[in-house]
Amino acid sequence: MLLIYCPYCKQYRDEEEFSYAGEAHIKRPQNPLAISDESWGNYLFFRKNPSDVHHEMWNHSSGCRQFFNVARDMITYEIKETYCISESPKIEKYKK
Amino acid sequence: MSGCNINRLEPLNVAGESTVINFKFNSKKYRGYKGDTLASALIANKVDVVGRSFKFSRPRGIVGHWSEEPNAIVQVGSGAGTVPNLKATQVELYEGLEAKSVNGWPTVNFDFMSLVGVFEKLMPPGFYYKTFMYPGRFWMLYEKYIRKAAGLGKVPVDSDPDYYDKENHHCDILVVGSGPSGMIAALEAGLSGADVIIADDQSEMGGSLLYSNHSLEGKSGFNWAKLLENKISSLKNVTVINRCTVFGYYDHNFLTMIERCNDHISVTSKSGPRQKLHRVRAKRVILATGAFERPLVFANNDIPGVMIASSVSAYINRYKVLPGASLVLCTNNDYAYKTAIDWKSEGNNRITIVDTRRAVKSELINQAKALGIKIIYGHGVTEAKGKKRVQAALISPLSANGSELIGGSTEIVCDVIATSGGWSAAVHLNSQTGVKPVWNRNIISFTPGKTNETQVSIGACNGSFNLIDCIQEGSEAGALMSKNLGFGKGKPKEKIALDKSENEHPTQPIFCIPHQKPSIKGLKQFVDQQLDVTAGSIELAAKEGFESVEHVKRYTALGFGTDQGKLGNVNGMAILANALNKSIEETGTTMFRPAYTPTTFGAIAGRDVKVLFDPIRYTPMHEWHKKHTKEFENVGQWRRPWYFPKVSEGMEQAVARECLAVRNKVGILDASTLGKIDVKGKDALEFLNRVYTNDFTSLTPGRCRYGLMLKEDGMIFDDGVCACIDKNHYLIHTTTGGAANVLSWLEMWKQTEWPELEVFLTSVTDVWATATISGPESRKVISKICRDIDFSDDNFKFMHLKHGTVAGIEARIFRISFTGELSFEINVPSRYGLYIWSKLIDAGDEFGITPYGTEAMHVLRAEKGFIIVGQDTDGSMSPSDMGLSWIVKEGKKFSFLGERSLHRSDLLRSDRKQFVGLLSNDSKTHVPEGSQIVTSKKKKFPMKMEGHVTSSYAHGSLGYPIALAVVENGHQRLGETVFSPQADGSFVDLKIVSPVFYDSKGERSNV
Amino acid sequence: MEKYSAFKLLKHSFSHHENWKRVWRSVSPKKSYDVVVVGGGGHGLATAYYLAKNHGIKNIAVLEKGFLGGGNTARNTTIIRSNYLWDEAAQLYELSLKLWEGLSRDLNYNVMFSQRGVLNLGHSLQDMRDIERRVNANRLNGIDGHVVFPDDIKKIAPLINISKDVRYPILGASYQPRGGTARHDAVAWGYARAADALGVDILQHTPVTGINCSEGKIKSVQTNYGEIFAKKVACVVAGNSGVLASMAGFKLPIESRPLQALVSEPLKPCLDTVVMSNAVHGYVSQSNKGDLVIGAGVDSYNGYGQRGSFHIIEHTLQAICELFPSFSRVQMNRQWGGVVDTTPDACPIIGLTPIKNLYMNCGWGTGGFKATPGSGYVFADTVANGTPHKLAAPFSIERFYTGALIDEHGAAGVAH
Repeated sequence: MLLIYCPYCKQYRDEEEFSYAGEAHIKRPQNPLAISDESWGNYLFFRKNPSDVHHEMWNHSSGCRQFFNVARDMITYEIKETYCISESPKIEKYKK
Repeated sequence: MSGCNINRLEPLNVAGESTVINFKFNSKKYRGYKGDTLASALIANKVDVVGRSFKFSRPRGIVGHWSEEPNAIVQVGSGAGTVPNLKATQVELYEGLEAKSVNGWPTVNFDFMSLVGVFEKLMPPGFYYKTFMYPGRFWMLYEKYIRKAAGLGKVPVDSDPDYYDKENHHCDILVVGSGPSGMIAALEAGLSGADVIIADDQSEMGGSLLYSNHSLEGKSGFNWAKLLENKISSLKNVTVINRCTVFGYYDHNFLTMIERCNDHISVTSKSGPRQKLHRVRAKRVILATGAFERPLVFANNDIPGVMIASSVSAYINRYKVLPGASLVLCTNNDYAYKTAIDWKSEGNNRITIVDTRRAVKSELINQAKALGIKIIYGHGVTEAKGKKRVQAALISPLSANGSELIGGSTEIVCDVIATSGGWSAAVHLNSQTGVKPVWNRNIISFTPGKTNETQVSIGACNGSFNLIDCIQEGSEAGALMSKNLGFGKGKPKEKIALDKSENEHPTQPIFCIPHQKPSIKGLKQFVDQQLDVTAGSIELAAKEGFESVEHVKRYTALGFGTDQGKLGNVNGMAILANALNKSIEETGTTMFRPAYTPTTFGAIAGRDVKVLFDPIRYTPMHEWHKKHTKEFENVGQWRRPWYFPKVSEGMEQAVARECLAVRNKVGILDASTLGKIDVKGKDALEFLNRVYTNDFTSLTPGRCRYGLMLKEDGMIFDDGVCACIDKNHYLIHTTTGGAANVLSWLEMWKQTEWPELEVFLTSVTDVWATATISGPESRKVISKICRDIDFSDDNFKFMHLKHGTVAGIEARIFRISFTGELSFEINVPSRYGLYIWSKLIDAGDEFGITPYGTEAMHVLRAEKGFIIVGQDTDGSMSPSDMGLSWIVKEGKKFSFLGERSLHRSDLLRSDRKQFVGLLSNDSKTHVPEGSQIVTSKKKKFPMKMEGHVTSSYAHGSLGYPIALAVVENGHQRLGETVFSPQADGSFVDLKIVSPVFYDSKGERSNV
Repeated sequence: MEKYSAFKLLKHSFSHHENWKRVWRSVSPKKSYDVVVVGGGGHGLATAYYLAKNHGIKNIAVLEKGFLGGGNTARNTTIIRSNYLWDEAAQLYELSLKLWEGLSRDLNYNVMFSQRGVLNLGHSLQDMRDIERRVNANRLNGIDGHVVFPDDIKKIAPLINISKDVRYPILGASYQPRGGTARHDAVAWGYARAADALGVDILQHTPVTGINCSEGKIKSVQTNYGEIFAKKVACVVAGNSGVLASMAGFKLPIESRPLQALVSEPLKPCLDTVVMSNAVHGYVSQSNKGDLVIGAGVDSYNGYGQRGSFHIIEHTLQAICELFPSFSRVQMNRQWGGVVDTTPDACPIIGLTPIKNLYMNCGWGTGGFKATPGSGYVFADTVANGTPHKLAAPFSIERFYTGALIDEHGAAGVAH
């Protein structure tokens, strides 16, 4: 049962207030009609699914309703940092 | 009255009073005292056999005194309030308690199944994997009997009469366990000013001090604990919760605890919730969960009268019951000597200590010697004698490391064999955080592993089995954890004058005492009594190649009982390690999962059951609906009127009447549940163009447009009418069920992909109540109560909206239609919904206005070929599949969501399933929804299915049944006859037609 | 292989069962194999078994990073059924169900496949439409099943609440009598024993730490025993598929999520069938030991921790108490999580990969256990022939580029 820091509310809140919104930092192709089926398929369905730190989006759906990013360890579930959608992760490499 | 407390040393005293309590066990009446557990009262009354074992139906007695108990599993109470599978050791006695053994037929004293004992030899571990395979169909028959023999208690038949509460906590420090280390930790944390919760599963604080004879600071351990309890209770920032088991440790310091509020109270005087689930989010956690004493494994160690040493002490000291007349105590450590001393202090001299060690020296041993207790060194109990009660112990001399016998056996007459194989730290909660416990060979126990959570284990659960160490660790942890959170300086405040630790002789690493015969061939040496797992069966499993601990556990069922292996797991691992010639470290460990002890389903469910299972959403007009129909349909969370039958009308007649009323006169529908999202901002139009397939550029204020949204995979996601309220202000209508998803979806795109767009999205579903009047007379009805709008077709065109005053209320009126008839959707603020509804009904009275429900709405739209997303589509249908290409504007400046996917090869196939209408060839037969479509009547399976019926209605306004379907390449197959095979073997012959059955030119809504 | 039977049991009882042959050999790896199967769960072991049995390939190794059957094989709720909606999925699961029906005798190991029937409940008119559609499709695919209504349901599961006066009344159900449960661990052990008897080397505690390719072709795998060469490598590692794929340099449309389950304490028989509900969101059966085996939906977030969140358990038990109000007084004994490999369409990925002679079988999500025999059967065929088996072909990874998804979310739902 995760405890998630909402960077907009600036509070730690219970997981039940949030909903998961998938891998973060996936950019929609600029001109979808110009790219191949393969590139489009990769954008649509293929995910990193790492077993170490995952950058993912969460929505504070029962709170401020803002989407934001979370960097979370996939084994320990430890949250390394949370940051706003427009931001990049502050920590580049995470210690194992 | 049978039983007379013959084992009772003195009346049990609670807070200066001793109260006799009457109870029944296996239908016999007994007496106990307030403060007893069912187990202590049964021992006092000399009830030896309390159950029968799972596989071999052997008679079983009480072994432990708390949650480790494997045998005394009882069914408490009867009727709807019965509880299966409680441990008699944890059931507090109350007046009128009735309990039964869960196994044994006809009685526990004579169990028919024990005759099966002859077949015991045919039941090695995993025997069922090796047989019952032939002949093929017979497994189901065998299984029936196996199932009957398995299982413990019985599920009640009737609904649970009790209720359960939940409470959420946020605290600085949660202390789990109020034994000596936990109490002192909580006191220190409390004194530092931290917000503390201390929970324990016993009825009072004290832990091991409640039953062990220690003296601390010149007081008995019990009195010392009581003083500490008073100090803790006087602190306002410390919450003490007793009868409360912390059963789960989840991520980020979230712990779950179950409080048994009134399970200890007699049925007649109960009130309040039966149990309460505490959900705790703690900044720091101090685990002080203690340890379990391990039994030693030897032959026939399941005969009633074989007990855990510390449990014997608990019965003597806490419950004032001497569990027998003569004791043999077998130990590999010093601590158990206390049990002999406790026994002796009750004036009973019939004690023999059998110590597996040689040449042992320590203060405790000297104390025992000084009391004149007989001690035999270098021996072990190899076998218990007796049937339904221990009659004697056989002891033999052991080699120095205890691995073999070095002499013949001697018989000692006794009726209790108490054993101690050392202590196992209760590392369960620590391990639940995803951590493997670590074996510590010095103390012969698993100890907590390193965890990511901000927690610490102290005292016995940390492997510190000495009382003095426990108190010191508690004291330090309480102060330090508080300091970490900014409370206090990290130095303990409470000064405790502790004696020096007594010197101890090391515990010998011995788990199973050898027998003259090897484990596999000899008498049964039980490791897990509840599941009849023996040392021999573990060795056999290893021999067969099940070498991993997990395999052995799963093959033999070791540790899978309701005691969760608290007594047996470590012994089992040690026996396996020995069989594999490996160390325990090499053999490995297993993880612990919640629940620490079994936890009531109802308490975990809490109040969110029955009427509160899921909120019901009602529209503002619901009061009217309730008076006019009993037929409602659940649509998402909404409860909507399904149809409004008149007296003696069935559904079919009612729906047909409602449909005809709309076609010929006027009907009224409560459409308030339709999702509504308000879209504002200077980039609102750009936003809509990106999320809808349509082009909205030409949508000017006052106009409406039917729009379609796709997911990025090109499949239809939602549809509805979008209206332009004003410049930069739009209102999106969504499906009733899709409203929340659509809002989240739109917000996600806006926030994460297009933050540069200035758009504001607001859900206004509940802000507006919507009454739709539909039918040729609808204009007359609305004109009567809305005078400030000119409703003529010239002024108020189809697919337009206007603002006006309806019966004095400001309203938005949309001229849009889901029935194909002239329609007006009247939106007013929710609080006027019921009022406007009544006004419209009154105004429509002279025109025969007819309320209609969701069913007629579905029929009417189907007659027009309008789709319902989620019924006619299923997430695999594209716009062109549904004949909706006309609202897909390809090549917009911004490639709308899903556009690219429409160009993938699978979406360009010509044989995709496409949306069509179906008419039965005889114009009479109704084809059920969900029917499949085929082109051949040859019944050869698998049959090639070319589509299925998505909507079908027997009765509507047309007088003949119609259906909607998706059929392969259907758009090109109009006029073709297809077949629908039915469950009864018949076929319905159907003709593929246009999905628009009525007013194909769309003239009626445009008048 | 020493044959198991009641007679053998009797015979061995005279020697205290001391002389049973080992279930599988304890072996050291050879330098190279014709096929290396990565993953010693049910699917991997079944793949090895059918490769050896049906395709005559004897030089096979199964590499398992932990103990055999220790992943989702050990963690699932053992439900078996084949009533899937789409032809492609239904036929694959039906092949599996047919293999289940003869599996104990084929393997000479009692996997306790108990055909006690499966009820999939409907609580809304749309649920009932979907049930009708699925049952009709199943029937025409030659799969058993019919629609039943509350009174029939009450006869099949007497403790169920069919009152209309509840939040989401039961309107009906699909019933597949041939569905049921099996003893999950036994499936892994049975396949392992039978594969071993055909010469397959089974290596436990042998994690694959690298995949070596040359010129786009598989060469070897890296392990704690060093490099093991292989003509072909078949990966069947469920939740860890993404990790293996990234070793080989490609991505998969897979996300690994926690899926939780729980059991009650053992009870006398009270539920003789499997009951599942998507709308009320939970499912339950009773094991032969007497435990109620309960599960629900996948946790919403990714994770490899074999742990999920407690609120999922709360919702699941609310659903179970709603369906069976008297179960409220039963106690939860144990709760755990597995890691399931979910795909966008709730269907598996079986087939070839961008690396020649490297094959993948993954993405079974919540439906893996029931598919074990069928999955192994078609995957073995695919690996042996180098082209997808007829029933596996629709499940190639290509579908995520062409759009030919097989959306089984409705039938998979919470359902397992």
